[in-house]
Amino acid sequence: MVTALLDARRARQIAGQVPDPELPMLTLADLGVLRDVELTGDGTVVASLTPTYSGCPAMAEMRADVAARLRAAGYERVEIRTVLSPPWTTDWITEPGRRKLAEHGIAPPGPAPRGPVPLQLSATRRAVPCPRCGSRDTGETSRFAATSCKSLWRCHTCREPFEHVKEI
Amino acid sequence: MSDDHVYLTLAEGHEDDTRWAYGTGFEDPLHGVDTAVPEGVDVRELARVCVALADDALVSAQRLAEWTTRAPELEEEVALANIGLDLLGQARLLYSRAGQVDGTGRDEDAYAYVRDADDFRNVRLAELPNGDFAFSIVRLLVLSSWRLAHFARLVDHPDPVLAAIAAKGVKELTYHRQYAADWSVRLGDGTEESHRRMRKALELVGPYVGELFTAYDVRDEVVDVLRQVTEAAGLPMPVYRPLPGAGRAGDHTEHLAPLLAELQSVARALPEATW
Repeated sequence: MVTALLDARRARQIAGQVPDPELPMLTLADLGVLRDVELTGDGTVVASLTPTYSGCPAMAEMRADVAARLRAAGYERVEIRTVLSPPWTTDWITEPGRRKLAEHGIAPPGPAPRGPVPLQLSATRRAVPCPRCGSRDTGETSRFAATSCKSLWRCHTCREPFEHVKEI
Repeated sequence: MSDDHVYLTLAEGHEDDTRWAYGTGFEDPLHGVDTAVPEGVDVRELARVCVALADDALVSAQRLAEWTTRAPELEEEVALANIGLDLLGQARLLYSRAGQVDGTGRDEDAYAYVRDADDFRNVRLAELPNGDFAFSIVRLLVLSSWRLAHFARLVDHPDPVLAAIAAKGVKELTYHRQYAADWSVRLGDGTEESHRRMRKALELVGPYVGELFTAYDVRDEVVDVLRQVTEAAGLPMPVYRPLPGAGRAGDHTEHLAPLLAELQSVARALPEATW
């Protein structure tokens, strides 16, 4: 029993260390897409992942990477499950994950909205602090960036462009 | 990239499966999801809803992708492509769900690549050509407002898979609608020329809006959003009157077949191809 627990914990660590294919400074555990890793009675490791966005092209990559790492670590039977509900939220990005994003020049998300988000037609929106110089004098240049999960910003103080992980 | 040959580099570390490059090796997007259908759910109706919503999304995604290399600015191109990608993801999940419950066992590709225009159930607004940027924005505003309102209701659907797809989609569609609303206000309240084009776009979209309101009862929510945006933009509300026929019944404009011909060309020319 103790061995099984240790084994489950080890499997969780191995799966959790897989880097995200698009934000490689983050592990799947940092990103919060690894929902659960458990060991069944017959020794199968069942890892549950949740997609960030419906169209995220990295999902198949993540599944394959987790399975490959677990197999390489000696787990012969690996099953990857997809969890759609509850949907992923940026609130699941861990504190170390947020720190790593900022260190790489990507502004981490603020708290995700709860419930329906009404249309916002006035110009006043929350300012995202610049991850490089900390200035709050920033502006959004595009709601969408290189990936669906980020938006493009510009810092008016240090004049650097930066990306921001959008709250969802 | 250590190797001389880019394809060899891409193939590294993928010895045990068929994926030779990042982003390939598509598999069932519902892989590993509990797909049991609860008792009492009308599976034919569930499949019908899934296909209609998937067709709207697939056709919209194709139109949005057509803006790539043609958008006014790089940022908008990236935005439109990202919105299309979200919709494509929703379509994949919905087609997979339809195939599981309609008794045919079809996969997502069977719905996307081997059906003719008559078999598609998207609303006609989705298939109209892109026109200018104003038209595409107004169309996106209408479609994303309707889809968001409808998905917000589907969150409570008795089928847990459809409910979960909807819950995820709500978050994405909120960004799509906001993007379209921002541009609508900017263009409507912009220059004389941008205002003129937005008026024209609203006139063109008008007749196709009614079709959205026949299928599901989210009319009031959508009208409310359109009123807020047009007021802020200094634009008139679109005049929606029903057109004869219905995209949901397989009646389409002459624009859908060429769109599908392009979308399906590789799959039809090479039926044995895998990706």
